[in-house]
Amino acid sequence: MAEPRILTYREAVLEALFEEMRTNADVVIIGEDVGAAGGVFKQTEGLFAEFGASRVIDTPISEPGAFGMAVGAAMSGLRPVFEVMFGDFMTLVMDQLVNQAAKVRYMSNGTAKVPLVLRTTMGLGANLGPQHSQSFHAWAAHVPGLKIAIPATPADAKGLWKAAIRDDDPVLIFEDRLLYTMKGEIPAGDHVVPLGQARTVREGRDVTLVAIGRMVEFAEAAAKLLAAEGIEAEIIDPRTLVPFDTETVIASVKRTHRALVIDGAPRAYGVTGEIAATIAEEAFDWLDAPVGRLAGANTPVPFSRSLEKLARPDAETIARQVRAMLG
Amino acid sequence: MAKPRKPVAKPKSHAKSHAKAHTKAPARKPRVDQDVGVYLTIYRQMALIRAFEEAVRSLATSGLVPGLVHLCSGQEATNVGVISALEPRDMIASHHRGHGHCLARGAEPNLLMAEILGKAAGYGGGRSGSMHVIDLEHGNLGTNGIVGGGIPLACGAALTARARNSGAVSVCFFGDGALNQGLLHECMNMAAIWKLAVVFVCEDNGYGEFTAIDDVTAGDSIPARGEVFGIPSRTVDGMDVLAVRKAALAAVTKARKGGGPSFLICNTWRFGGHHVGDKQDYKDDAEVKAWRAKDPLPRFAAWLAKHHGISARKLSHIDQTVAAQVASAVDAGRRAPEPDSNALDRHVYG
Repeated sequence: MAEPRILTYREAVLEALFEEMRTNADVVIIGEDVGAAGGVFKQTEGLFAEFGASRVIDTPISEPGAFGMAVGAAMSGLRPVFEVMFGDFMTLVMDQLVNQAAKVRYMSNGTAKVPLVLRTTMGLGANLGPQHSQSFHAWAAHVPGLKIAIPATPADAKGLWKAAIRDDDPVLIFEDRLLYTMKGEIPAGDHVVPLGQARTVREGRDVTLVAIGRMVEFAEAAAKLLAAEGIEAEIIDPRTLVPFDTETVIASVKRTHRALVIDGAPRAYGVTGEIAATIAEEAFDWLDAPVGRLAGANTPVPFSRSLEKLARPDAETIARQVRAMLG
Repeated sequence: MAKPRKPVAKPKSHAKSHAKAHTKAPARKPRVDQDVGVYLTIYRQMALIRAFEEAVRSLATSGLVPGLVHLCSGQEATNVGVISALEPRDMIASHHRGHGHCLARGAEPNLLMAEILGKAAGYGGGRSGSMHVIDLEHGNLGTNGIVGGGIPLACGAALTARARNSGAVSVCFFGDGALNQGLLHECMNMAAIWKLAVVFVCEDNGYGEFTAIDDVTAGDSIPARGEVFGIPSRTVDGMDVLAVRKAALAAVTKARKGGGPSFLICNTWRFGGHHVGDKQDYKDDAEVKAWRAKDPLPRFAAWLAKHHGISARKLSHIDQTVAAQVASAVDAGRRAPEPDSNALDRHVYG
């Protein structure tokens, strides 16, 4: 047996990119500072040196036009990875994403496709303020035709990235930038995590925690606190919002009879409401308590260290809500 | 809702810029090549587009076309003039007034008509309609419901051509309304810095929806909007199919040789309104008369007769052939079934 390979989340994504770009010449990466600069978070470091300017394409700060070009490139045969430097800048590509990319397969009666990956960030916690901290995964998930992946670990990052690049639909990958330094074991070989398969992070009998992105890390910390009190939480990471693995979530809730859905983005009209409603519809008779929701504040993301902490769930607030549900 | 409509301001200056194009173009014969077969194909395509659009107008007026439909009657010379300069491997992106581009590129009239009527046999299975016809088989990235929306798609196809070294050229068609979309300027900048094989074609018909171009467009030069990026830019008489074709051939050849993008502004005029049913009270009689006199079809017919001795009978035969083709498309489209209910959620994902 070989030694387990430990990589950071950022290294895992880069490994997936290198592997896919080496095996398929149609894979190109397009974005601001992705080339010689190696990415604002060093997330594309080394690609430019190996693949050159024709496949690692630095764009001006022109997100709508550059993303639209990625869509046209995808329609005509390439498999572009397009980087939106901060999730907040998703607003700038929304027209081409929503009105073009998401609908091409449908509008063409299946004769055209848009095999592209849009990579962006999510999550607050770095004191970057109201325009550099937002999480727009729920927005995107509302648009038919888009797939949404949110890797929570280095292994999932690599596996979901490889699946996304090989997928024939537009796939959005949201990465919490505070996970980039997280370390984890990477399975050997061609590690692909199919889109639409949730991961059971931890088994437990008392409550199901459905956690999105970095919330998985907080849910694990909360589960440790709760375990010390005799409460065993099961944690499910859906890994992709679209397609959504309803089966795994519902099976878990039917065992634990309680569910708490956790997301870092604003609560109103967000992911937690959609998942909670699905649980209520499909597992109502098994529930011993109303489905709980824990999400970000319905406010812009504040800048100050003290206020920013209040704007999203953490291990403490998760544990507190579980105690209330069981109490 | 009500937008100010200035019936007089526009035609004047539009006519002015049009006249300018004329004085710029030398008076020599605009002969591009000697092959009369090419010319007859060009005539046939223009006649097909006109017949097709007038059939759609008639269907829409009778309430048989769901939704809104935008016709390109009057703009046939820009459609066919540019597309006749392309090869099968090339790509175009069209806009909301795009039936002519589809047909000139080789779309099946029956499938296009079926789509306009929302029928299962259409290009989008009846789910896309007139404004979203995608036909990759004929190198058409699609008509587009977003003003300027097709511009980056065509540039993206040029990125693919560059990556694969395929030698394909992309053309993006847009109206004067898209001149004020930021997307155009972003794409021109990128096409210029990357020397993409793209031809930007502005079909300037004088109106963005119901508003005259001069009311919403600053500066006195449209070519300047390309020149600022170092893109060779020129204005041509968009009612003269040979002038358009000649300019397009030059731009396409340059792009194919690695010479980068060009910007072509074709002065043209839509014979109808923004969509069927638009009363067009923003146009005045003098404007209508002046532009109708420039109708690209009789103009080209006269040229064919004068320079190639093509008889009126021969052209009339072509007219009848395309009329029959269109009648058959209308008939087939009307009789074609609606999409079945399973088509609702088919092809949302692969």
